Amino acid sequence: MNATTHAVPRSEGAGRPADTPRGPARARRRRADLRSWGAFALLTAPMLIGLGVFKYIAIGWSFLLSLSEAQGTIALGDWVGLDNYRQLFGDAVFRNALSKIGLFTLFIVPITFAASLGLALLVHRIRRGRAVLRTAFLIPAAVSYVAASLLWKMSLFSGMPAGIANMIGGWFGMEAVPWLQGGDPPLYWIALVTVRLWLQVGFYMVLFLAGLQAIPKEIYEAAALDGATGLRLLRRITLPMLRNTSVAVLMLMFIAAFQAFDEFYNLFGGGMSGSGTAPVKTPMTYLHDTAMGAQNYGLGSAGSFVLTALIVGVTLVQGRITGFGKSEE
Amino acid sequence: MTTVREGARALRGPARGLLAGALMVVFLAPFYLMLRNSLMDTQALTSPEWTWWPSTMHWENFTSLFSDPMVNMGQSLANSLLIAVITAPLSTLLASAAGFALARIPVPGRGVVLGLVLATLMIPGSATFVPTFVVVGALGGVNTLWGLIVPGLFNPFAVLLFRNFYLQLPRELEEAGRLDGLGWLGLYRRIALPSSGAMLASLGALAFIDSWNSFLWPLVIGQDPSAWTAQIALSTFLTAQTINLPGLFAGAVVTITPLVVMFLIAQRHIVEGIAHTGLKG
Repeated sequence: MNATTHAVPRSEGAGRPADTPRGPARARRRRADLRSWGAFALLTAPMLIGLGVFKYIAIGWSFLLSLSEAQGTIALGDWVGLDNYRQLFGDAVFRNALSKIGLFTLFIVPITFAASLGLALLVHRIRRGRAVLRTAFLIPAAVSYVAASLLWKMSLFSGMPAGIANMIGGWFGMEAVPWLQGGDPPLYWIALVTVRLWLQVGFYMVLFLAGLQAIPKEIYEAAALDGATGLRLLRRITLPMLRNTSVAVLMLMFIAAFQAFDEFYNLFGGGMSGSGTAPVKTPMTYLHDTAMGAQNYGLGSAGSFVLTALIVGVTLVQGRITGFGKSEE
Repeated sequence: MTTVREGARALRGPARGLLAGALMVVFLAPFYLMLRNSLMDTQALTSPEWTWWPSTMHWENFTSLFSDPMVNMGQSLANSLLIAVITAPLSTLLASAAGFALARIPVPGRGVVLGLVLATLMIPGSATFVPTFVVVGALGGVNTLWGLIVPGLFNPFAVLLFRNFYLQLPRELEEAGRLDGLGWLGLYRRIALPSSGAMLASLGALAFIDSWNSFLWPLVIGQDPSAWTAQIALSTFLTAQTINLPGLFAGAVVTITPLVVMFLIAQRHIVEGIAHTGLKG
């Protein structure tokens, strides 16, 4: 036993005893290199080909399309330079979509952040029934935006007196309100924010719970000896120790909010309440209408790049400010 | 002094429990509402008179979903199931293979390959559906099963997670495998893969959820009713001009039930998966 384990580290890679000469060491290494290369290529090839075709080629081609007049075709050729980008920013609908999604993000990110952190703290501190609570808050994450939008649109916030929101309002003498139509003030924001909150809060709560579990108990014990309690513990220990989690969560929330599409499409997409008139288009809805509806792939590609650049840009700036990524490496 | 503080804490315990219980009711209420609505008839559902539960159960709301050709629920559910059942294991396996190679096999140029994979992490998923559509459309993938499945198989984030996991695999395991005469592929299949069972399960469960609930890509690529997924069928039903409200809710119940059941069964793996992917991101 001992003899072989001694021999292993000395031998050249393959783990054969060093005293069996098998040709020059260099040839052996080259053969091992070739074999390693073969295995490496085989294991990474599917992923590399997939990313190559569906990311690199797709984005390269789309970039060229964004510089072309590509109406109803994905063939390259009719170069128009930056015309598509000019048209994009000249379009009031796109600019409005950008400002709407900015406003939406401004609402949804802090609210979801506070709610999921609050829930995590609550669940973390409860001793009995913790698993049941966690499941109850997480289970909405299994529901699709389509199904949830349906419930929100047709039952909770339906404009009819039988809609839950209107019914509850009725108990307090409020009149029935058409929640999802434009209106002033635009009440559809309540439906938009609550549906996303319900669907996502449990997911982020789990991230915070994992962060909370990673905080060593000794820190709290030491602080308790110093007489720190309640809010002070939260401010001085819990929140700083959750810094990395918080930054990651904020980034995920921002990226998710900026790509919002499903609930906007399904809450405002026609149907019985005729709420197709609500003036809420997101950049993703705009892209969908431009590329899939009007089949303008040049303009759609340009929009896709602007949106991507915005998300990457904000993520990088956020990473710079919070120093995220450096501590991870 | 300590007794006072402990007293305060004991008082706060029940209050916390009460708050948690109330919130739990709020979070679960939409499920109850969906189920209740799906079993009523239109008249009872639109009546301003509140009823907690239908006096007669209208199960036909569910059966008619599958007989109505406009909704196409049967085939759409079958499509969704097929897509998710292929996507979840395959995408996880592809990521683990690449992750293993990038973590353990020391070949020149490995850094470049890693860089190429990691660079795609920066690209926001659904914001680039136009480029992906351009390529899949050119390859003839519109209205095909492969067009729905293949672009979703490549997850650079999972590659990163698997790479980090395999980096921490003890060198002794590798050496033991070598002594048994295993090459790189054998080491991956016999040693690395079995050791990452928990990762495979949790990332697989997340991939299944993502696949089942995805909406934008199936909307773009599955334009023909034969290529609809359950979410598309439901959405088309919702945005149609004539609406059968109880049937709509029955459709929602049908599309969320498989995932809710999976959530309850694979709970631990899903929680682990979320904690994994979120924290490292």
